[in-house]
Amino acid sequence: MRKIIGIILLIIIAWGIITSLQEMPFGTSRAKVADHYINKGREETGAANIVTSVVVGYRSLDTLGEVTVLFLAAIGLGAVLATIKRKEDRDTEKASLILSTGCRFLFPPILLFGAYIFIHGHLTPGGGFQGGAIIASAFVLMYLGCHEEKKINETGSIISESLGGLVFVVIGLIGLTIGTRYFLNNFLPKGEFNTLLSAGIIPIIYIAIGFKVGAELSKIIDLLMEES
Amino acid sequence: MSFLHNYIYYIGAFGLIFIGLFIMIAKRNYIKVIIGLSILETGVNLFLIAVGYISNGTAPIFSKAGIEAENMVDPVPQALVLTAIVIGLAVLGLVLSLAIRLYKHYGTLNLQEIKEQRW
Amino acid sequence: MILIVSFLVVAMLAAAVSAYFFKDLLSAVIASCMVSLLAAVLFFFLHAPDVAMAEASIGAALVTAVFVIAIRRTKRYEE
Repeated sequence: MRKIIGIILLIIIAWGIITSLQEMPFGTSRAKVADHYINKGREETGAANIVTSVVVGYRSLDTLGEVTVLFLAAIGLGAVLATIKRKEDRDTEKASLILSTGCRFLFPPILLFGAYIFIHGHLTPGGGFQGGAIIASAFVLMYLGCHEEKKINETGSIISESLGGLVFVVIGLIGLTIGTRYFLNNFLPKGEFNTLLSAGIIPIIYIAIGFKVGAELSKIIDLLMEES
Repeated sequence: MSFLHNYIYYIGAFGLIFIGLFIMIAKRNYIKVIIGLSILETGVNLFLIAVGYISNGTAPIFSKAGIEAENMVDPVPQALVLTAIVIGLAVLGLVLSLAIRLYKHYGTLNLQEIKEQRW
Repeated sequence: MILIVSFLVVAMLAAAVSAYFFKDLLSAVIASCMVSLLAAVLFFFLHAPDVAMAEASIGAALVTAVFVIAIRRTKRYEE
């Protein structure tokens, strides 16, 4: 019964989509606003990666809201799981020496790779979100591989999370007070194009986002892992 | 061949959307419903990126001197999808924590038993 | 090129369909991880390397980890 109703619903939706896709050709045109971003983005923001200049340059207020949504989701997850009492441990097998040593050996290079991704966010593909996710996956590896040291440093995660958010907002407020007076104004010099020290505030904000996202995602994993 | 060339990405994206939606409608296990939600989300992201594609285009990065701005694909859907993926993970974590709470409370994940549905 | 893309799309849809049929939830989660991974390759073919990177690191790695942790804390088989 449920499946039949589902199939009927899907057929109706599919009919609507097929009739509307006739009007939407693949791979021919792009929007006007995209033309502006691509043609002027190099001079206006100084970032080589146009996606970065959209995310952190033109639409950075939206990114601030998005990071806030991430923070709220982490808080909600903690609040939902907070009332569950800790049960006795299941019979888990201890990790072998080779596994735990290999995890401990791989942990710093993965952190370094994540840091590389978000520091070079304005030059190469990648940025704060991807780098933060890679850092969180390093913590997942530690949780799965080494049983005995499966707590992340609580104060370290809180400090890096709130410092990231604070740097983002403070840089935005500084941009509000000097220059052309709008929030998250790019007040630093643009520098030479396509080098590491370019694009004004964009690398700083992306590094802050990287710390914040990495701390939040690894906190989500930690909260889910905590009581078994 | 030209039909495939024009519509293969749309077929993939809407195939994922339909399969995800059907899993969400037809299955009764809560975790299975969430798996359908994540498949649906991937399909929507794929559709948004495919809309911004330009034939024979390049990635929107000025990594070398000789890259022209004319041929670049649309960067706006890419920025949108980039944030949507990260939000998706946070929402998924929240929904799964609700699943853990439900299991602790009812002892089952079958939505039919939890909601006492007729069909 | 178009043949490679068609093959990837067919494999992705097959993984999504098999996520529907598996009774073991862990297998279904791995199938949805496969969907994310192949979607990441398709994003790369669509000239979106940023999104491909995000999808590969979040969609394929972290989402799977979160699902596996949640299944470990609830029940493995779907009745």
